[in-house]
Amino acid sequence: MSTNTATVQSLPPPRAHQGVLGWLRASLFSSPLNTLLTVLVAWLLLMAVPALIDWLFISANFNAQNAQECRQSGGACWAFIAEKHRLILFGVYPYDEQWRPLLASIILIAVIVCSCIRWFWKPFLGVIWIVALVVVGILMWGGVFGLSHVENSRWGGLPLTLILATFGIAVAFPFGLLLALGRRSHMPAVKALCVVYIELIRGVPLISLLFMSSVMLPLFLPEGFSIDKLLRAQIAIILFAAAYVAETVRGGLQAIPKGQYEGADSIGLSYWQQMRKIILPQALKVVIPPLVGIFISLFKDTSLVVIIGIFDLTQAAKTAVADAAWRGFSTEAYLFIAFIYFIFCYSISRYSQSLEKHLQTGYQR
Amino acid sequence: MTNKTSVPQAPKRRLSWNDPGFRALIYQVLILGIVGLGVWYLVSNTLHNLAIRNISTGFDFLHREAGFAIGESVIDYTPADTYGRAIWVGILNTLRVSVVGIIAATLFGTMLGIARLSKNWLVSRVASAYVEVMRNIPLLLQLFFWYAIITEVMPGPRSALNPIPGVFISNRGLKMPALQGDALDWMVAGLGLAIVAIIVLGHWAKKRQEATGIIFPLVRAALGLLVVLPVAGWLISGASLSLEMPVMKGFNFSGGISLSPEFVALLTGLIIYTSAFVAEVVRSGIQSVNRGQWEAAEAIGLPRRRLLRLVILPQALRVIVPPMTSQYLNLTKNSSLAVAVGYPDIVSVVNTTLNQTGQAIEGILIIMAAYLTVSLSISIFMNWYNKRIALVER
Repeated sequence: MSTNTATVQSLPPPRAHQGVLGWLRASLFSSPLNTLLTVLVAWLLLMAVPALIDWLFISANFNAQNAQECRQSGGACWAFIAEKHRLILFGVYPYDEQWRPLLASIILIAVIVCSCIRWFWKPFLGVIWIVALVVVGILMWGGVFGLSHVENSRWGGLPLTLILATFGIAVAFPFGLLLALGRRSHMPAVKALCVVYIELIRGVPLISLLFMSSVMLPLFLPEGFSIDKLLRAQIAIILFAAAYVAETVRGGLQAIPKGQYEGADSIGLSYWQQMRKIILPQALKVVIPPLVGIFISLFKDTSLVVIIGIFDLTQAAKTAVADAAWRGFSTEAYLFIAFIYFIFCYSISRYSQSLEKHLQTGYQR
Repeated sequence: MTNKTSVPQAPKRRLSWNDPGFRALIYQVLILGIVGLGVWYLVSNTLHNLAIRNISTGFDFLHREAGFAIGESVIDYTPADTYGRAIWVGILNTLRVSVVGIIAATLFGTMLGIARLSKNWLVSRVASAYVEVMRNIPLLLQLFFWYAIITEVMPGPRSALNPIPGVFISNRGLKMPALQGDALDWMVAGLGLAIVAIIVLGHWAKKRQEATGIIFPLVRAALGLLVVLPVAGWLISGASLSLEMPVMKGFNFSGGISLSPEFVALLTGLIIYTSAFVAEVVRSGIQSVNRGQWEAAEAIGLPRRRLLRLVILPQALRVIVPPMTSQYLNLTKNSSLAVAVGYPDIVSVVNTTLNQTGQAIEGILIIMAAYLTVSLSISIFMNWYNKRIALVER
């Protein structure tokens, strides 16, 4: 190699790679195929987006008094949502008492948000959860502290969806943990039981479990003893989620190197000490992102309780749509609750992605 | 535990609490005992409840007359047929929507996944927006939405949308032209022959390439065979193929293939929802291939198509196949949401059956058995495929 060390003034980047024009060229028109794709997609967007915005906002009617008036405007009928939002959000909960489900929803959301902040990842988070769930129960049921009693057949809408999802994961998590440990156990009978349970539950759709809980649980129970519909659905959701939690945790357990188990054995820890102090903290850290994913899908799956006639957010929207006076606005109602579901699931999934980045640091060199 | 004090002096550790084997045995006996007791308790309750409610048990009801109509079926079915046949219709309907859904979701999802990685800013943004929105809205809600769109927003048959000649979209579903004539069987035979020929040709081409190094243009030959043989079949049969167009007759269409609003809503929902997940699987698979592999393949001068087929895809597939399997299983299980829009799948048919006969346990067992069979078949096939493409390590 020659050793020419004379300093050469570095040239500015070529014009074609600079500024807006450069960006356009690089990201939209870099090849004939790309240009074609850009034009095609842009054309599709031009066809769809202005029409959509027009329908959603510009020709939409926000304050019509009745369906007739709403239909004339030609756009979306948000007046329908304005009229029905309390039915959709809180179901048939007594009208004057609807501050209670509202407060309960806020508490549940607050606890979920707290669980997402790392500062709260301490044992007292468990206490917060227990207190919050008890307060939610008191608020929803009432019957104490001067609150009137509301039967849970009148619960509905958003709080019901939140309750089914949070109680579901809160109970399914420890159950799933035990199943995962059982599946990795050296005791053949325990292992077989866990494998059969997990595979059976994961092999069938949630709907069949919901049907099972609604028709078969009453048959299982002794004569004269019955549990209500909501609890039956909650049990089905817990049984379902536990199997998925178990498989995720198993993945985490498998990711722990053998040396960790041997190290724990060598200092003479018992099985439960070994799990509690060495294995589970590491395994759970690995699987936090997929566990968040399970929570998201559980949140979405609670909408299935519609099928056995429980009044969750989706069922509430369907009921609002069925009102004869406001017929034909189902698109608006479904978009409204789709938006609610999207806000929840999207923020949790974003959170999960950022968490993944945070947690990965320990494994990268 | 009090047992801790009972340490014998001789190594007769057989019955000591300190012996892990013994302890494990006790635990297992205890757990099995508890589970057994629980099951016995539930079963005895159930038998008692069935007895007082006068519900018969057993699968005899499968031979009785069903007496309810099913909206659509792949095989002939009338209400005079048995429950057994009705359930079989349900199973076939589940399979029909699952198979079509899996194929379409794979194709569409793969395109989306590649689009998300595109260097084209607009394309990748649109693809990611699609994936984010569809993944985060419950499938059931999407099904309700599509069903409402089809039945409420779409025009009646008289003013049906007609995007392509012969295809009509109305609130009665989708109508498409159907192929008719004797030539159909011949063309199917030609297609089968072409597939066999391609497999044989592939083996031969591989052997020849290993022996001589000459590359046979397999893709072009395969495409040629796929066109030529069915056309030959069509010619042999005397070209008796006709396209039957759907025509407006009275209040509805007749002729052609007709897809019910329920089927279209369910299929649309399943494809749109699942393809978002498939896109993510494909994207992560392609991204998992090291950049160095691309560079090395380019360095030895492989053309782009060959680079993808020989270097990138085999490595990406290893990452893609296992999660793809669970997406296929999810789609099949999610097809059970058919009951929400009234498509007669297995869950919906069995649900009607158990409402009529009261035999809930048998009904649920049939549903579970059907899904487990399908799930296991899909995972066995995908595991076989996975093993075939897995990394062979020395």
